[in-house]
Amino acid sequence: MSLREVLPVVRAQTAGTALRIEGVHKSFGQNHVLKGIDLAVDTHQVICLIGASGSGKSTLLRCVDLLETIDAGRIVFFGHDITHPDVDEILVRRQIGMVFQSFNLFPHLRVLRNITLAPVKALGVPVAEAEEEAMSLLRRFGLADKARDYPDRLSGGQQQRVAIIRALAIHPRLMLLDEVTSALDPELVGEVLDVIRELALAGMTMVLATHEMGFAREIATRVVFLEDGVIVEEGPPVQLFDTPRDVRTRRFLGRVLEAGRM
Amino acid sequence: MLRTARGAIITSTLSTLVVIGGIVAAFVLAPGSRQVRSVYFDVHDMWQAFLGDPHAGFYSVGKGLVINIEMFMIGEVLILGLALVIALIRLSRSPLLFPLRMIAVAYVDFFRGVPLILVILAIGFGLPALYLPFVSSQSAFVYGVLALVLSYSAYVSEVYRAGFNSVPHSQVASARSLGLRPRTAMRYVVLPQAVRTIIPPLLNTFVSLQKDTALVAVLGAVIEANRAAEIYSSTVFNYSGYTVAAILFLLLTIPLARFTDHLIARDRARRLAGVP
Repeated sequence: MSLREVLPVVRAQTAGTALRIEGVHKSFGQNHVLKGIDLAVDTHQVICLIGASGSGKSTLLRCVDLLETIDAGRIVFFGHDITHPDVDEILVRRQIGMVFQSFNLFPHLRVLRNITLAPVKALGVPVAEAEEEAMSLLRRFGLADKARDYPDRLSGGQQQRVAIIRALAIHPRLMLLDEVTSALDPELVGEVLDVIRELALAGMTMVLATHEMGFAREIATRVVFLEDGVIVEEGPPVQLFDTPRDVRTRRFLGRVLEAGRM
Repeated sequence: MLRTARGAIITSTLSTLVVIGGIVAAFVLAPGSRQVRSVYFDVHDMWQAFLGDPHAGFYSVGKGLVINIEMFMIGEVLILGLALVIALIRLSRSPLLFPLRMIAVAYVDFFRGVPLILVILAIGFGLPALYLPFVSSQSAFVYGVLALVLSYSAYVSEVYRAGFNSVPHSQVASARSLGLRPRTAMRYVVLPQAVRTIIPPLLNTFVSLQKDTALVAVLGAVIEANRAAEIYSSTVFNYSGYTVAAILFLLLTIPLARFTDHLIARDRARRLAGVP
């Protein structure tokens, strides 16, 4: 049984460039957060963005999901310039799954409805079909017994897994994960990383901002180190973690090592 | 001081008796008590005012209250609608709606700042004086309701706005990231969460609207409870009619106030239990 059969929500994709970020700048008032970012992501690749808080990782992900408008540059998604003013950003977001640090589940809706809301109300999937798929995803990730609960009743780890399933339910061609384990108690991190690991094995194209260096080393096709809104260095995890070329990368990894996070 | 549960009940009962007893004693033993009681609390006059007697030239305060309830009911529905429109305009971001936003801000500032009684006088006597077709030929009842709606919509629009603003922006962001259109996100994500914060302050405002319907009495032509009491007192020179009106208003507002408290307590309990 292939992994795609295990996780049918992962779309079959032909090899090629999924995402190309070209010279992207973004400022919030006087605060110049992204200072010319260039990054290419091929289908089935897992890219890990690392860097200190405030280095621009989250902002970059939010720009790709068109939650922020960029000031300069462009973002090409499967051959289409999605930052062009004529693009219907809603149609773009329906092809990109985003998971946030603080889960952001809808507190007034039960778990099942959290997952089916977008398929039903945005994509027009019939309710029964959407619920069936949501249930099979919940079963797949060991959360079937939580379907009728409100999010508040779930642990942080369970909530974040539901948030990942909710993003998967729109059958995205790209998943963006923004420090999805940073708000979790240490003992709950593992269960969320397991889900992401499975997605990677199933061939999901993903860009993750993360502080979990061990996980990045294990899962990433390429690790990208950001500092002060620029990409300082990028490369395969073994190269970047073991023989970093730039002094800034070495300094950052040294601090991470001292903090016992690697 | 007793520190048991039974002790607490005994203490609270005793202190209640002392406080209420003191107030009653002060009222009964006051030098002018007899006169006040005969002018404000005469049982015969209270009953007369409640029933009304058209032949004697005065109206029933009880029937008048029905008019207050009518004004409240009609006004409430109109206020909920108009206030929502104002709130949505103020919350809109479109540059195209900028002039409307300015008007909405000015509207809210104006009607929150001007005393309701002046609004009622301005509408009730001002509009008929314009001799416009339709606008100037409505009944005092309509003008009264209109004034209440104009004034209260300003308050209620702020209640709505606070409710919408209480929904964290991260909720909107995650709705958008799932590809929901703004209208769909509003309908299924923001609105249901906002309603929960809106209901208690909304009911509070309606407790106050219920009694403020009495201010329409200044127009003279609407014989609601307060106006009926006024007519009674000026006919027989006894103010017990006002007491009846006060009691009737309390009978209306107290249940609504208790219901509001109940909703607030229930909401609090649910939040604490973690079940929305």
